[in-house]
Amino acid sequence: MRLKKYQKNWKASIAFTITSAISEYMPFNMGIVELEEMALRCRINIIKMIHKSQSGHPGGSLSAIDMIVGLYGTVLNIDTSNPNWKDRDRFIMSKGHASPAIYSILNEFGIINEKDFMSFRTLGSICQGHVDMKWTDGVDFSAGSLGMGLSFGLGCSFAAKLDNSQRNIWVMVGDGETQEGQLWEAIMAADFHSSGNLKLIVDRNGIQNDDFVSKQMEVGNLSKKIESFGWEVTEIDGHNMEEICGAIKWANDGQERPMAIIANTIKGKGVSYMENNPSFHGKAPNDEEYHIAMEELS
Amino acid sequence: MSVPSEGGASRDGYGNALLRLAENSDVVVLEADLGKSTKSCHFRSKYPERTFSLGIAEQNMMLVAAGLASSGKIPMASTFAIFTERGFEQIRNGIARPCLKAHICGSHGGIHTGSDGSSAQSIEDLAIYRTLPNMTIIHPADDISAEELTMQVVDLEGPSYMRTIRNKVPRSYSEETKNELKIGKGSLLRDGNDVVIICCGVMVSKSIDAAIILEKEGINAAVIDMHTIKPLDEQMLDLWSKKCRCIVTAEDHSIIGGLGSAIAEHNSRTNLVPMEMIGVKDRFGESGDSEELFKIMSMTTEDIVKAARKSISRK
Repeated sequence: MRLKKYQKNWKASIAFTITSAISEYMPFNMGIVELEEMALRCRINIIKMIHKSQSGHPGGSLSAIDMIVGLYGTVLNIDTSNPNWKDRDRFIMSKGHASPAIYSILNEFGIINEKDFMSFRTLGSICQGHVDMKWTDGVDFSAGSLGMGLSFGLGCSFAAKLDNSQRNIWVMVGDGETQEGQLWEAIMAADFHSSGNLKLIVDRNGIQNDDFVSKQMEVGNLSKKIESFGWEVTEIDGHNMEEICGAIKWANDGQERPMAIIANTIKGKGVSYMENNPSFHGKAPNDEEYHIAMEELS
Repeated sequence: MSVPSEGGASRDGYGNALLRLAENSDVVVLEADLGKSTKSCHFRSKYPERTFSLGIAEQNMMLVAAGLASSGKIPMASTFAIFTERGFEQIRNGIARPCLKAHICGSHGGIHTGSDGSSAQSIEDLAIYRTLPNMTIIHPADDISAEELTMQVVDLEGPSYMRTIRNKVPRSYSEETKNELKIGKGSLLRDGNDVVIICCGVMVSKSIDAAIILEKEGINAAVIDMHTIKPLDEQMLDLWSKKCRCIVTAEDHSIIGGLGSAIAEHNSRTNLVPMEMIGVKDRFGESGDSEELFKIMSMTTEDIVKAARKSISRK
């Protein structure tokens, strides 16, 4: 009831190719093509803001953005005119360095604007280097230190249960982040407390700050590991919007046990020279690289 | 709950307060396998639906508290003081930075913990939490003041850390005098004009004993229970340092970074008066009886008396 329809007026111009099985789970009534178009716009804005500030993390923003768009564009129950509505679903971006992805989606939903995100990482900007709930409406967590978001989400899930609320708590982590021990404390606790309203998305892009995850400390078969902790787990192509929407619907519906989606992604997805390239974990494109990215995304 | 016959342990005051706070349905309790020690167990027995056991996983507990606080709950999370430190960065980034109203209690603080040995004797907790913006740091003297101050933390606009103590100590407060306790305001327990002894936790009763001994020598020592280490009651500090013109601090904590340091920082900026610091002098503890440990660390009543004489002599 509190959900506001997506405001922008481009919807009618885009052909719907969505299957009815998926569409019934999309409160924002966005089809696959719409979602893909939105993800493309987000990618452009991610590159724009990082290029402008000449700092930030493009790789993990580009790997995560399709899932984020899929989530916001379908099941995430928020009120765009009242981002702090108490009974909203929560989206906790634990990999807080991928903040450009969050700012790009909040822009799409009219919670922040272009002027806001183009001030990314500058003094006084509401768009801090790492997402911060104290600075930005629509941000549910103050991130920046990896491994903490799922625990925070677990606290939110306890609160939802105490409130007898149907709200769901979504948490996104990176695969490098799964090296943090605290994450497994939270995974274990969520099973013990039967936190069925808690949903985890792992952005399995295979690269962390210094190098490939396989070289730094391989995290192995995350599906089996998380499943062995008592969670329901599915694994998808994190850039295939139909698979994303299907998995999000599946996770959204499951309320008995905590639900996890392992999304296999490509770091830097959408910009050729950034794709699967560890050096673009936390580096801004220069002017020449920026123009190449813009051409590729246009 | 049994009432201590000879004195009170501040952890019991914390446990009592949780039961009283339960009237507020937003109050929830978090445990990390030490509820029987921190005394949150009584809340658990009565309100199991509002008690969350997180196992031996303190880092997770701190962020669970943050998540609950962000959703409008009032989480009261406790474990041993030393094990809260395992979650320091979680408290720093997850609770203090976003200024969430999550309240942490670290029990068994200081070398007073005794025979468990140095691994359990937190002597740095007040120092590390004091560095965090938004945090209120409280270390009550006895069970009565711990209960009263715990009742008040839920009204704070941000997070808090309270250190409680395992063992019973002589009470410094009564059911009447507890009403004067206020977070952020030091409590004058004894008037005097020759030296002011500013103390917290288990050192409060020792400081009163020291003042009684000093009185027999004709020295009038004021005693202030500075139960709130942060924000420090600077107004009271100024008033009494001007009046007495010398200070002794006494804490069951490292002299690096705790109450003594906080007062020295202020003193160096304002009314520079001589001060002596009683506390743990840059060493770890060991197993032993509390009083034996205080003796080898020069933290007895007699050591406070000596420090007072020395501070006066430096005027």
